[in-house]
Amino acid sequence: MIKIQVEHLNLQYSDGKESLRDINMDIAANQITVVFGPAGGGKSSLLRVFNRLNDLADVKLISGKVILDDIDILDPRIDVTALRRKVGMVFARPVVLPMSIRSNLTYGLEISGEKRESELTEAVERSLRLSALWEEVKDRLNEPAVSLSGGQQQRLCLARSLVLKPEVILLDEPTSGLDPISTGKVEATLQELKEQYTIVLVPHSVQQAARVADSAAFFLQGELIEQGPGKELFIKPNDKRTEDYIMGRFG
Amino acid sequence: MNYFRRIGQLRANPNSSASRNLKQRLGFSFLFVMAILTVTPIFAIVIYILFKGLPAISWTFLTAFPTDGVKAGGIFPAIIGTFYLTIGTAIFSVPLGIGAAIYLSEYAPDSRWTRMIRIAIINLAGIPSVVYGLFGLGIFVIFLRFGTSILAGSLTLSIMTLPVIISTAEEALRAVPQSFRVVSISVGATRWQTIRRIVLPQSLPGIMTGVILGLERAAGETAPILFTAASFFLPRLPNSPLSPTMALPYHLFVISTQVPGMPVKIQYGTALVLIAFVLGMNLIATTIRSRARAHRQW
Repeated sequence: MIKIQVEHLNLQYSDGKESLRDINMDIAANQITVVFGPAGGGKSSLLRVFNRLNDLADVKLISGKVILDDIDILDPRIDVTALRRKVGMVFARPVVLPMSIRSNLTYGLEISGEKRESELTEAVERSLRLSALWEEVKDRLNEPAVSLSGGQQQRLCLARSLVLKPEVILLDEPTSGLDPISTGKVEATLQELKEQYTIVLVPHSVQQAARVADSAAFFLQGELIEQGPGKELFIKPNDKRTEDYIMGRFG
Repeated sequence: MNYFRRIGQLRANPNSSASRNLKQRLGFSFLFVMAILTVTPIFAIVIYILFKGLPAISWTFLTAFPTDGVKAGGIFPAIIGTFYLTIGTAIFSVPLGIGAAIYLSEYAPDSRWTRMIRIAIINLAGIPSVVYGLFGLGIFVIFLRFGTSILAGSLTLSIMTLPVIISTAEEALRAVPQSFRVVSISVGATRWQTIRRIVLPQSLPGIMTGVILGLERAAGETAPILFTAASFFLPRLPNSPLSPTMALPYHLFVISTQVPGMPVKIQYGTALVLIAFVLGMNLIATTIRSRARAHRQW
């Protein structure tokens, strides 16, 4: 099943730094779609289109369609706060809010109007179990979130997006600052999460891309060079540029 | 072998290294003296005023009305007046100043219009206080018919205080990491929810510091209230915002220059109370800031 359909997407920033040119791609539900390529290729920009976080940036031009469940999310009339609850995001650097572990999770629910204590408590436990953090923090939920280690903070950030019961989770190099053990934990978590969610991941290395991809898309300088199912792209790329990048000849 | 040769080279010219050390020490001593010189006046003023004014301080001095043509008795109405003026200034300048700071930091695009607002605010801070006084007289006292009153004085002081509050509050808001805002927005918060629940609480100590520093300046000013609020002598406390009031800085001005045969003790006593008022507020601001820094999680 196709979850997100991107049609002729163009994006330009005012400073002309990074952009997307005529992107067409499908993102399947219950899969990990990996978006990879060298820096400046437009991967992060694409992710930020999916939850309209680009609204905060200085965008000069955006055109085309991004259809999520039959709705064009680029339509200025849509409710962006509802979209962002439906499409969660985890950033490269774990940014925990300056509050307790528990409040980091309940924040998103409270601002959308959830006040029932029992619901909040239930949601906190559920999201922490999903992100494989529950056992480590269950006795210290009221401690400041900054007291957690980097790997724990990143899983807390994952839990923070899961707590809203999103349908799509965007991860922008979520393991770039983590040690191999924490990275392994996050990757294992993602494999479990894809049963319920649609996952779009910008990996921090080609190796990670090859490890986790159910579908992979190679981006270079704002263009989608090719997209292929499973590990196909890493074994038998069609485009010379993809091959060169995977083989480490540039990038 | 190489290693030892290098040690030898390092020691080859002991004279030059000693002379450089000496120069460094001279430089540090010079800077140390400069630092001492800058803090000397503040200590000198406080100690001098304490020394000359402390004998005047008594329960009566703080709680009684002046008597004998202000040459005796207390300064109670001036203390209360300065308190009222400070509160009045806070009522107008705090919401206005913080609101403007939030707009400038969180909403305003970088346009010609907002650049003009910023330039205006900076220039507002440079206007001499007596000009504010004259402006307040024209606008609030005469045109709006508030008369010489706490209201007119508070409004005048508010305008003078605004630039301090706006610029420190804006700085405090901008110090909150941008990533907090992005995270908040990404979990579905609106801009306003982000400001109210993340940005404002995190910047509140900085904003409070700015507010207190601004009000402290307002409390000590004479010129802006000279034509707008202050009265030389009043037999009773002001009973409405439209009453004129006595105030510490103006009272000090009057008893130091306008009253022949004024006991010096009372002049310095009044100065001491005013300084205690202002430094007390300063102390509160410093405490808030250092406590918040200790508890900050970023």
